[in-house]
Amino acid sequence: MAKKNRLKDLSFGQRIYITEIAKGLGLTLKNMFKPKFTMQYPEVKFDPPASYRGRPVLAVEENGQERCVACGLCSRVCPALAIEVQAAETENEKERYPEKFEINMLRCIFCGFCEEVCPEEAILMSKDYELAFTNRADAIYGKDKLLTPVSRLQDRINFVRQFK
Amino acid sequence: MPKIIIDGKEIEFKPGQTVIQAARENGIEIPHFCWHPSLSVSGNCRLCLVEIEKMPKLVISCSTTATEGMVVQTQSEKVIAARNAVMEFILINHPLDCPICDEAGECKLQDYTYQHSVGESRFTEEKNHKEKRIELGPNVMFDGERCISCSRCIRFCDEIVGEKELTFIKRGDRVTITTFPGKKLENPYSMNVTDICPVGALTNRDFRFKSRVWEMAPTKTICSGCARGCNIDLWTRNNEVLRITPRQNEDVNSFWMCDNGRLNTFKHVNANDRVSGPHLRKEGQLIKCGWDEAYAKTLSELKSFAKDEIAALASSSLTVEDTYLVSKFVRSTLNMKNFDFVRKVVAGSGDAILIREDKATNAKGFELMGVEPGKSASGGGLKFDEIISHIESGRIKALILIEEDLIGWNPAFEKILSKLDFLVTISTNFDASTSFANVVFPASTYAEKNGTWINFQGRIQRIRPAVTTIEMERSLDGMSQSRWDKFGTDFDSWGKAKKNDARPTWKIISGLASAFGTKYKFTMAEEIFNEIAHTNPLFTGLDYDVVGENGVQLKTETVKKKVTI
Repeated sequence: MAKKNRLKDLSFGQRIYITEIAKGLGLTLKNMFKPKFTMQYPEVKFDPPASYRGRPVLAVEENGQERCVACGLCSRVCPALAIEVQAAETENEKERYPEKFEINMLRCIFCGFCEEVCPEEAILMSKDYELAFTNRADAIYGKDKLLTPVSRLQDRINFVRQFK
Repeated sequence: MPKIIIDGKEIEFKPGQTVIQAARENGIEIPHFCWHPSLSVSGNCRLCLVEIEKMPKLVISCSTTATEGMVVQTQSEKVIAARNAVMEFILINHPLDCPICDEAGECKLQDYTYQHSVGESRFTEEKNHKEKRIELGPNVMFDGERCISCSRCIRFCDEIVGEKELTFIKRGDRVTITTFPGKKLENPYSMNVTDICPVGALTNRDFRFKSRVWEMAPTKTICSGCARGCNIDLWTRNNEVLRITPRQNEDVNSFWMCDNGRLNTFKHVNANDRVSGPHLRKEGQLIKCGWDEAYAKTLSELKSFAKDEIAALASSSLTVEDTYLVSKFVRSTLNMKNFDFVRKVVAGSGDAILIREDKATNAKGFELMGVEPGKSASGGGLKFDEIISHIESGRIKALILIEEDLIGWNPAFEKILSKLDFLVTISTNFDASTSFANVVFPASTYAEKNGTWINFQGRIQRIRPAVTTIEMERSLDGMSQSRWDKFGTDFDSWGKAKKNDARPTWKIISGLASAFGTKYKFTMAEEIFNEIAHTNPLFTGLDYDVVGENGVQLKTETVKKKVTI
């Protein structure tokens, strides 16, 4: 049986691996004293940048006025059919408001199309990423969970406006 | 026939036709706002401008009569530039509130802005502000800012209804629409202005903000309001009927329908008092029970009466298929003679436009199918009035009441129904009559079944299901579906819409017949119709495909040919 040639013949030093092990351990030792990048989640929370697409929320003005006029475009554009809107009439200048606004977070794929299509800058992708539920009903977020003051979304609004 | 050349295509036209009419008949769409096929020419929107050879300037195609050899350009550079300019002018004062506006999705201004506008406005000044939310009448809301002053609504009231209610006031960009002093927009056809309004200036107050148009699925069916049988679209979302709009049929209703039909013929479909599942009266209460139990109870009770002690009364709004099977069941299975339908004629309620005095949708069908007392093979039976007087005198003790609320129709019948020993009803909703019933079978409404109705002209027209019962499924039954209907699951709130345990009357009757030992081998309404088409010479050659979307005029001598509206 013919001897099978290796692609590269190893030297004696390489064949006993001791030098390689020592090199590896050396690298580990070097990094032990370098600054650490691992985040101690959940003790330490991640603060995402403005470009981050967390769960979609609805903006409320300082005076308590919702921005959403229930036009239904987010619901129409949503590729996963996560959003359900029911409009109703109000006495405000913008005569339409969402009586019901529900996002099914089990359907949501965080694509941000709803934010992009929104003519009122009402639906915005927040930095909220901690989403866990134990049943299907909990995964449907109504207006109680969606409404968020504009002040907390300013970062994202500034980011979105760069692309308009 | 004279010929005209539009965009290089030679087309024939009838003398007297305008360019826009000739183009439309040949599938060339010239954009327009103020022109409407059924209304007079107003020529104020200027959008239908076209270039005609040997004419010095562009002309509006809606008021230019076509002449032999005319050469028309609808897509030339000059025309497109003019169209863009007109769109820019119209959009100067039109608010950008499509997200709020109900018309969005079926708005001609929106469509034309996409198709024929440059996409940007050079108008930086403040837009004109006008009054919003003006109640023109009980059913129509007006938004002054959105109005583009096409005057279609004014011309509709003047020309179609013949009641001068609306007019323009003020001049220039301040022009707006209002009702004459002391008047309201309250003619019986007022809501048609919301359909013909090319923008969202006139909106349906009953439907306002209920749904976006693209969320609903339209079903081509027939109005159940009167014997006219206007062609309609029934718009549903989440298995709920939200609105009705008229569908064009020049032989029946043109583009129009009455407000009563539009508002009052669909709300019972999703009402809370729908009968869901058969009910039996036990210790004075109607208790829900199984289908077999209800059939068995009806069988045993009806068998305890003599044949001439039983009568059956059916609504004259039953479909042709229901009528056929009901009459077959009563005459041959029960071998009974006392069977008539309830005529619902309200004298003086009709008019010369659409509304008929006969409030039942298929009374003509009953006549044409020979379902009249005295016409049965076994000799004369009792007529409606005689049945009532026989119940009163105690000679008729059991009654089968089919899809009819006698007491709701005339409260005087309350003391008649209370005299019965046994009352079976086939009802869509719990009503005054079911409160006397011993057995109530749940019937599908006209929005939940297939069938045909014959209108007063003798025109046979299809009704189609728009709402599902528990036995139906939108995709399998070929019903129209919105995006949400298509992709919803049982876990989505729109997949959990309420469905009733109801069956079409012919199915209930066929179940009842099999309890009596007669088996009808029908699994769908279409099969019954095919049998009718084979047995009744009036229906020869007809099937559901032939009847189609616009119906077929039956060949009867009594029927007048075409009506003009």
